[in-house]
Amino acid sequence: MKTTKTLAAAVLLVGLAIPAQAKLRVVTSLQDLASIAEAVGGDRVETVALARGYQDPHFVDAKPSFILKLSRADLLIVAGLELEIGYLPPLIDQSRNEKIHPGNAGYLDASTGCDILQKPTQVVTRAMGDVHPYGNPHYWTDPENGRVIARAVAAKLTELDPVGAAVYQANLAAFQARLTSKEREWDAKMAPFAGTKVVTFHESWPNFAKRFKLEIVGTVEPKPGIPPSPTHTLEIINLIANDKVAVILVEPYFDRKTPDYIAGKTGAAVVTFYPSVGGIPEIKDYFDVFDRNVDAFVNAMKGKVGR
Amino acid sequence: MNMIRSVVWSAALALLVTGVAAGQEPPAPQPTPNATPTPAPAAPAPAGSTGGASQTSNYFNPSVSVIGNFLAVGGQNAVENLPSASLRESELGLQAVVDPYARADFFISFGEHNVSVEEGYLTFTSLPGDLLVKVGRMRVSFGKVNTMHLHVMPWPDEPLPVVNLLGGEEGWVGTGASVAKLLPLPGDIFSELTLQVFGDEPDGPFVATKRSAVAYNGHYRVFADLSDSTNLDLGLSYGLGPNGTNPDAKTALGAVDATLRWKPLVKGNYRSAIVRGEYFRSRREQSGGTVSAGGWFLSGEYQLAKRWWVGVRGEAAQRADNAAVKDTGTAATLTFWPSEFSQLRAELRQRRYGGPNSVSAAAYTANEVLLQLQFAIGAHGAHPF
Repeated sequence: MKTTKTLAAAVLLVGLAIPAQAKLRVVTSLQDLASIAEAVGGDRVETVALARGYQDPHFVDAKPSFILKLSRADLLIVAGLELEIGYLPPLIDQSRNEKIHPGNAGYLDASTGCDILQKPTQVVTRAMGDVHPYGNPHYWTDPENGRVIARAVAAKLTELDPVGAAVYQANLAAFQARLTSKEREWDAKMAPFAGTKVVTFHESWPNFAKRFKLEIVGTVEPKPGIPPSPTHTLEIINLIANDKVAVILVEPYFDRKTPDYIAGKTGAAVVTFYPSVGGIPEIKDYFDVFDRNVDAFVNAMKGKVGR
Repeated sequence: MNMIRSVVWSAALALLVTGVAAGQEPPAPQPTPNATPTPAPAAPAPAGSTGGASQTSNYFNPSVSVIGNFLAVGGQNAVENLPSASLRESELGLQAVVDPYARADFFISFGEHNVSVEEGYLTFTSLPGDLLVKVGRMRVSFGKVNTMHLHVMPWPDEPLPVVNLLGGEEGWVGTGASVAKLLPLPGDIFSELTLQVFGDEPDGPFVATKRSAVAYNGHYRVFADLSDSTNLDLGLSYGLGPNGTNPDAKTALGAVDATLRWKPLVKGNYRSAIVRGEYFRSRREQSGGTVSAGGWFLSGEYQLAKRWWVGVRGEAAQRADNAAVKDTGTAATLTFWPSEFSQLRAELRQRRYGGPNSVSAAAYTANEVLLQLQFAIGAHGAHPF
């Protein structure tokens, strides 16, 4: 009898102890959001991203294995602005997890409060291609938006796990301090190229361009989501020649054939620009995204300034 | 049998009541191919203005989508005599959250001269115990193709096992209740058990002659990621119900389905492949004895470029009511997607109908070309998976 009581007490203690130490399970749509959540959450969270950093975030498959991840999540962080509309809503619906439904405590739309560009000012139709009626969803390519996201994540983690408030605040402060110093470094590297005209493959970079004072003068896609056409490619070749565009920025998941062809005709350099953490194994966190892209841009511009 | 039936119904009702009482959150549809609701981006109503009221009500309108399915057919086929040109289906989708406990999804299918509710159901998605409950009219989770709407199929036509063994082109659609439970396996393998019960239907594989005759379906699905780029989807289904030939006659249906997908994530927009197949078995009690019939299809689709797909399909099925007659077919498809919202497809199809069939006592071979144009307007649906 005594043994039973001791056992029961032990089980009870273990039972109480586990939830206290259990990590908050954070699921994010993008690896960038997972990286920020990790930085802010530290040891108190475990994160998992659904999309891989090297895949097109618009076309992620709604795999049932994601349902399992979502069913166990305490917090779901999405990029929002309908970036995930092609796969996430039915997965949330099937997750059996009411916490992470939009509007509930375990759902965080990271775009809230961020500087969102290209919000349509007129009626949008699909004649414009894959337009996002709420604005351009690639906003995390501005590190200042990363700061906004980190603050929102810290507030959300504090709300879900008040015991960890001090940890989250400390981690947030450290993240922000590092971001501020990194921003100085990136700004310094990019400063000589202020006003540089660039062509991108897809409309993924308006936030990056605004932050680092680049001017996007055209896209290889004739319209968002519509593959390159011969006529448009010719227009871009002429544009590059006329505007003396030095680089074409291409996301890793797009076909290089047309950009390489354009480069061959114009002498512009094709630079692979990684929008996300995990784009290649070396890009391990949110800071690496900018380190990598800024350095790639600076290298590509060497010898091209004043062309 | 009666007892099992009442137990299943009571279980379904009990689950519903628990769900509502538990005060769960806004749920949503099951893996219907085109189920992604988004409230229309209505601007917040200016406070106090009279126009505000109508804007607010717009905000809660369901998201609306319409998918047109045009089909032109060339060649000869006296057995399945499709019109030379038809707007075969116009599917109207209406989807929204109902209240904090449920969401609703309607798919109204307009033919050129008739209308039917292809699906219309309420879903409780945040029930305790990893359950998902749907009530209403729905495509039955029997095999994989039967759950797909016409516009997400990789062909313009239904494969023979559906036509011969699931009661015709429409396949098996039922009105009743569905309960699905997640049963995760070790190693992050997704597994789900679905139990469904449906009332009497005027057509399809199960036709009831009395109110007390209901049909059941059970479906078990396992999904595993073999790697980042490859995954395997397996399903087992079993259906049982009255077939209407006489008051107590029943049909039992079994199915095995498998889908293997390959999509290298980096270049997944340009290159991918899917191999899928299903095997159906039917045991139908009818005057003169029990007919045991089988059927299968195997299909492969390969993505050549961002907008181009090719595919081949082989199929064979005995007739549910006469296993001595067996139909077989082969088909090749070429699909072009101008954008995510429109699709052009050509299919070259040969079907060899066993005799006797509706046109002759002997076997009959039909060679046809099917040209399909599909187009979607309105709310952005989830990409089919």
